[in-house]
Amino acid sequence: MNRSIPYLILLVAVIWLGSLWLPKKTKANDFDVSTFSRLPVLTGGRIKPLDTVARNSLLIMGRKQSLKLASGESMSASRWLAELWFNPLVADTYPTFYVANQEVLGMFGWPQADKRYCTFAELQPKLQKIDEEGSAAADKNAKSRSPFEVAIFDLRSSLLLYQQLKLSIHLDGTENFSKEIETYATTLTAAATKLSQSQTPPDKDQTAFLRSAAARYEQQANATNILAVAPPAGGKEADWRSTGATLMRLNSAEAIPASLAAFADLSDAFRAQDTATFSRVAKEYSGWFSIAHPEWTGKTHFEQLFNQVEPFTQGMVLYIGAFLLACSSWLVCPRGLRKTALLLLVLAFAVHSFGMFSRMYLQSRPPVTNLYSSAIVVGWGATIIAMVLEYLFRYGIGTAGAGVVGFVTLLIAHNLGSNGDTLEMQVAVLDSNLWLATHVVVITLGYSAMLLAGVLAIVYVILGMATTKLTRELAHVLTSMVYGVVCFATLFSFVGTVLGGIWADQSWGRFWGWDPKENGALLIVLWCALILHARWGGMIRQRGLMAMTICGNAITAFSWFGVNMLGIGLHTYGFMSKAFPWLMAFIILQAVLALLTRLPASRWLSFRNAERRVLTAAGFRPLA
Amino acid sequence: MKTILRRLLVPLASLRLTVVCLATALVLVLAGTLAQVNINPVEAQQQYFQSWFIWWSAGGGGFKMPVFPGGHFVGAVLLLNLIAAHIQRFSWSWSKAGIQLTHLGLIVMLAGGLATDLFSVSSHMYLRQGETKNYSDDDIRTELAVTEQTSGATNRVIAIPGEVLSACGSTSHEALPFKVVVKGFYPNADLQMVGQENGPSVPAASNGAGAQIGIKALPTFSEMNKRNKTSAVVELISNKGGKSLGTWLVSVEIDQGQDFEVDGRHWSMALRFARYYKDYSLSLISFTHETYPGTDIAKGFSSIITLADAKHNENRQVKIHMNHPLRYLGDTYYQSGYQSDNSTILQVVRNPSYQAPYISCVIVSLGLLMQFTYHLVGFARRANAAKAL
Repeated sequence: MNRSIPYLILLVAVIWLGSLWLPKKTKANDFDVSTFSRLPVLTGGRIKPLDTVARNSLLIMGRKQSLKLASGESMSASRWLAELWFNPLVADTYPTFYVANQEVLGMFGWPQADKRYCTFAELQPKLQKIDEEGSAAADKNAKSRSPFEVAIFDLRSSLLLYQQLKLSIHLDGTENFSKEIETYATTLTAAATKLSQSQTPPDKDQTAFLRSAAARYEQQANATNILAVAPPAGGKEADWRSTGATLMRLNSAEAIPASLAAFADLSDAFRAQDTATFSRVAKEYSGWFSIAHPEWTGKTHFEQLFNQVEPFTQGMVLYIGAFLLACSSWLVCPRGLRKTALLLLVLAFAVHSFGMFSRMYLQSRPPVTNLYSSAIVVGWGATIIAMVLEYLFRYGIGTAGAGVVGFVTLLIAHNLGSNGDTLEMQVAVLDSNLWLATHVVVITLGYSAMLLAGVLAIVYVILGMATTKLTRELAHVLTSMVYGVVCFATLFSFVGTVLGGIWADQSWGRFWGWDPKENGALLIVLWCALILHARWGGMIRQRGLMAMTICGNAITAFSWFGVNMLGIGLHTYGFMSKAFPWLMAFIILQAVLALLTRLPASRWLSFRNAERRVLTAAGFRPLA
Repeated sequence: MKTILRRLLVPLASLRLTVVCLATALVLVLAGTLAQVNINPVEAQQQYFQSWFIWWSAGGGGFKMPVFPGGHFVGAVLLLNLIAAHIQRFSWSWSKAGIQLTHLGLIVMLAGGLATDLFSVSSHMYLRQGETKNYSDDDIRTELAVTEQTSGATNRVIAIPGEVLSACGSTSHEALPFKVVVKGFYPNADLQMVGQENGPSVPAASNGAGAQIGIKALPTFSEMNKRNKTSAVVELISNKGGKSLGTWLVSVEIDQGQDFEVDGRHWSMALRFARYYKDYSLSLISFTHETYPGTDIAKGFSSIITLADAKHNENRQVKIHMNHPLRYLGDTYYQSGYQSDNSTILQVVRNPSYQAPYISCVIVSLGLLMQFTYHLVGFARRANAAKAL
């Protein structure tokens, strides 16, 4: 292979990645959704762009970050959000809700199996039934819900979210919001002036109007958890308000805040299909915000870009590419393919790192704050170790291993991220950057090392049993790799576990409490110690080491996810019953792989051939 | 002599024993974790980890047999194994220094863990805004405090431990002109006014608060964050003539002491959680509970308190909040919870060996780091040499 080809392939990949960074262009006569998607609101305890609100909501309701319309066209999340807020009757006809459970579909009397996405309009007549069944499921313990109950509970939550989200700016059926606010403000001023000047109460009509308006605003303020109205320049996070709460506190027409006026104009322009006004108002408001609140603008704009680039999705593609090329390098064109694979791995790592560091910047926190981000860091750490291995032993094995671990962990993260905002706020006990940065990161790197060692051991088994590629030299190299990585796993797991104990001592008053998550970490430490001592004592050799390391995968998976599924203890962040069958399948697979190593050498293609070669070289003829 | 010691040491120091211990520990930890799904964590901890053996009882009868070594057993054997290996194999060389250090750190950790199990005491201090206390309450143990109300500045308190009461016997004390006879002891109970709807119809006692309150026994709580409402019904019998003075209901739920008179002397009696008195006092100035804007997610809990210690000339304000405990004279105060917005619950831990894990962590980490770096450097050197060939 020509020497420059690997670099050319890298260049193509870089160009492909670069194209994703360009802002989406708005057509001349369309709504400027791009600017709209960057507008900030405060919800869930932090300021985020509308893009994030829209994507997370769609993810919860429909498992995707965009909408596929009945016509086959795709609609961006922000565009959908604008429709839902400002033109809800149209949004109600979009297929937003993912319903896959056969029993649920059957309950609605819909033909089974073909119906996946349904609209709010379709579900509306069934709301009462869904609420009844869903509440019944909600009363049950999360662990004992049947698949039907889980599905109906999820659907009910999605519908509640949808209806709540609809009221973020104003109530349903609002026609001309700007006008309404203006009338409200002037009536209010007139009534107040009258009261203060002539000591006479406002007339009946005025009172009735103000009362009914205030009641509606209060209803909106109570319903929503989106705080769309930013404080004036110099305000604090705690000064954000919902539109309803702002209107209830309003005392004159001059005091209408910029955010409220902007959202009212956006709403009216959108309903009137006035694309020019919508785009102009969005730009003006965005401009006002960046001048009034430069301290918040950078992060919201960056977050929108981060959402758009989807670095972890790109990382997945690159990891799988690196893995496939590394494997191919064992069959054809070893040098060139290995080099290309390594270059792609480095690029995947760069994109992965960008994603991870972006999250750290957005959250102002160390990288691991929940189960989702732990998956991201596990893959990241494994890739670093694997790149060092590839540097030490140039066999492409490190690249292949990193490709698998990187891809799988990002896939896990992708699935864990479907519950909404992954940049959530930290509850009080976790509000400690020192310990999040030390204990949590170190223990997560321990998982990385353990899983990478496990993957390398699996490579050993597959190469040895199914191919003739596992030469004596390669077997030796793989053993050194696995042993070295297990050593690192021991170091990280032990230090991480003890740091966790120290954190527990600082916040709960005990170093060790036999809590399931603590025990999970201890299991990894014990298993590592067991592997190392068994090896030092000569109780296991090459294949024994591989078998035990493969079992280490199962123990790591149990410690990482399994204990959370038990639903007990102090570390119960992220309970996921849906993943339970996957975890069991994974553990069984590891057990099977570990047992395979016990088969005699004659069953291993590599060893059998090696034996034969030795025999033929020595002048023996193989038996027919 | 030396050879006998060697003979004992060799099997005790064997690597095979280490491997067996580690494997046993692994099974034990796994079983103890899974057990927490069905039984409460404290019970699981006692059965699996703070025990010498795990017992199996056939069909709920009195028959019990040990089926697996418990945490103390495995820990003790592992500790002996470690110490023996240290004595037997200790030799000073750079290639071994990391391993030696690691195992020394582990000895410190295991020994520290044992000391914590044996000596650490945990209690709670409940403080309302403006309240000052120089004691903390035990979480489970109770005592019946009988105080003579004199006109002097100090009152003498006779505390009868809850364990004595639970035996339901009669107790006398040289300072008391009466005997205390326990008519009923309730580790956990529900107290309700007599005559309420669905409430009790019979009062629990003849005198004091108990004359209007009925009592119903409840199973005890095992959750860490719930306190049992321990209660008892006691009869007082005068030492003069052995006449009954009546019965009283005492309970940790009844805050105020109940007053009574015996032979012209005034007494007060209350059942309370056993107290640990300190040489200093804490007062709560304020308690704050912060949430993230627009959500109910707790951002932090914090208590501002005044620490006053005349003996050591201390009088300062301290902020106790999550992950930031107060350590003072061997006691550590943690923000544990709150009852209402102007009261705080502090957990108080007295653990003489709390520093063991910190020291051990540093030693073991250094040891592992040294060992692995030593190997890695050697390995890279060999790899380079191989490349050069």
